[in-house]
Amino acid sequence: MRILIVGATSAIAHETAKRFAKDGAEFFLVARSPEKLEDTGNDLKVRGAKRIETFLLDVTDFDRHQEMIETAISTLDGLDMVLISHGTLGDQQKCQVSVSETLKEFTTNCTSVISLLTILAGYFEQQKRGCITVVSSVAGDRGRQSNYVYGAAKGALSVFLQGLRNRLSKAGVAVVTVKPGLIDTPMTASVKKGLLAASAQGVGEGIYRAMKNRKEVVYLPWYWRPIMLIVRSIPEPVFKRLSL
Amino acid sequence: MSFLSKTNQPRSWGRYPKVTPAEVQSVFWRSELPNIADFEQPVLPYAYGRSYGDSCLNEGGVSLDVSHLRRFISFDEDEGLLCCEAGVSLAEILELIVPRGWFIPVSPGTRFVSVGGAIANDVHGKNHHKAGTFGCHVTRFELLRSNGERLICSPHENTNLFQATIGGLGLTGVILWAEFRLKPIVNPFIDMERIQFSSLDEFLQISAETDQQYEYTMSWVDILIGGQNLCRGIFMCGNNDQSRSLASKKTGRKLPLTVPFDLPSFVLNSLTVKSFNELFYHSQLSKRVHKVVPYEPFFYPLDSIHEWNRLYGKRGFLQYQFVVPFQDGFGAMREIIGRIRRSGEGSFLTVLKTFGTIRSPGMLSFPRPGITLALDFAYGGQKTLQLLDELDKVVRQSGGAVYPAKDARMSAENFQAFFPRWQEFAQYVDPHFSSSFWRRVSHAQKLVMV
Repeated sequence: MRILIVGATSAIAHETAKRFAKDGAEFFLVARSPEKLEDTGNDLKVRGAKRIETFLLDVTDFDRHQEMIETAISTLDGLDMVLISHGTLGDQQKCQVSVSETLKEFTTNCTSVISLLTILAGYFEQQKRGCITVVSSVAGDRGRQSNYVYGAAKGALSVFLQGLRNRLSKAGVAVVTVKPGLIDTPMTASVKKGLLAASAQGVGEGIYRAMKNRKEVVYLPWYWRPIMLIVRSIPEPVFKRLSL
Repeated sequence: MSFLSKTNQPRSWGRYPKVTPAEVQSVFWRSELPNIADFEQPVLPYAYGRSYGDSCLNEGGVSLDVSHLRRFISFDEDEGLLCCEAGVSLAEILELIVPRGWFIPVSPGTRFVSVGGAIANDVHGKNHHKAGTFGCHVTRFELLRSNGERLICSPHENTNLFQATIGGLGLTGVILWAEFRLKPIVNPFIDMERIQFSSLDEFLQISAETDQQYEYTMSWVDILIGGQNLCRGIFMCGNNDQSRSLASKKTGRKLPLTVPFDLPSFVLNSLTVKSFNELFYHSQLSKRVHKVVPYEPFFYPLDSIHEWNRLYGKRGFLQYQFVVPFQDGFGAMREIIGRIRRSGEGSFLTVLKTFGTIRSPGMLSFPRPGITLALDFAYGGQKTLQLLDELDKVVRQSGGAVYPAKDARMSAENFQAFFPRWQEFAQYVDPHFSSSFWRRVSHAQKLVMV
């Protein structure tokens, strides 16, 4: 199993990778920080990864996307799976008063992923097999005042993935949209956790299974599916009055 | 696999005392460490809260959650040398190494402790008489001090800090990672014997007979019964099984049970404790039973019930573990057991064991040659505390000690008598570190920086 992971040092990606490492997978890990990349790579190696290759990339550096993907394909001699899991939980308040903040959120959480997917889709479509998995969010299911910029970026991403799944299904390539709820990770360290917060470990396990079973859309933990069904079904005249 | 995220409000396993830090700070990466000197309050590392009392608590201070430092660094499978971050749990290590033919050198009664905690409490296990404490197998670790220094400590490098940190209760700095030696095994099974005994004398006799032959020994005892014989119980001893044919056999996993909420306090009363003990003692019909069992139930019988501490209800409980030297130990045990019986406090899950002579490098290490007994007491307010104070007196008179990792109440005076090297140790305590335990036993009552 040859896996490319973008945002490899995120807690969710790492937890997912741990499960694949146990199966002896080969990894091409992409992230921004050399120290974190090294720590993550060493961990996966000890846990059973057959091979670890790393690549430093700031995902907002669009010019290097092609180069990164080509290097991954040539180094691992092909790819079986991709997991894209980078993201930032932007500051909604800042975004509301700054176009540049809002665009920055979109670049990291949405357009950078779309850029990577555009390149990867061609490769996988030609290869006629494989699995592309992207971490989106339940926040993309409905805009809420508390984080609609992040939500809109993830929502756009989810729609993009829907279309891509439709297109690539003809080529036998699976596209998995992962929609986690609130997870206890470094990204959400400053967010107050309620009863519904999940551990990164459980979510990683869920992503692993979704990738193995070539699922379409998975909510993690599972209880977010009924919750979001309810959230989506509230009529807008009522919804707009809620403080969510 | 549980989806539930653990809450990061620090609690100790006994859930007594219930104190809160001023702040909880998480450390996620070794490359992004906080500057400890910037914290206004004293700091104490915390991971899974498996210490029983207040040695892992820092009331009004900063609790530094290192449980996210959970990465392996290297594993030399030829030499059996493992290096990992301090927040990795022994459970995670076992999951990795057992299928590859290795085992942890010393294993406490639960596998849900962090490596950092295993070092800071210099934990011991069923093989103390053969292998010493966990600290005896540590080859080196990295320690973050509040002045920003990151020191490699080993028996050859920064030796004093190495010795102070082993058993140092997290007070000498933050252990970032550690390297230690593993023990080779042929398969994940334990070849064990369970022997009934009906007096303390008989326990000591079985202990003396089996110590050479068996790597692991411990006993479950009922001290509320047996009159002049002091106790009855079941002596469990075992060795790692040597049969190659079992090597690839899975030990099989049972789904862990969880105690989902605090039971009302009256559930564990002297009647239920007595019935439990009765059932346990008679769970075997013959005097000696021999069998081959997976390692998990042998080493970690309680790990199969997650959050068993909730059995004690909201009030929490105190664990009391002491050691008394072999010489005069019998008299001290008689006195202690007598006092407990008279107090009417039941003790569920009482564990008896002998410690061997292997010395730990740790300055504040608890184990020393003698007989050790660990008892649980539901927290019943002043009368429980009073009983334990009385027991301290007996332990002290016999030249023994009480285990800090399980303590929430010993006096400074007693602590200083139990651990004569405490002042030497105190020199290596980082000035920005403290704990509720340390303030109590060192008499540094106020929350001020030195």
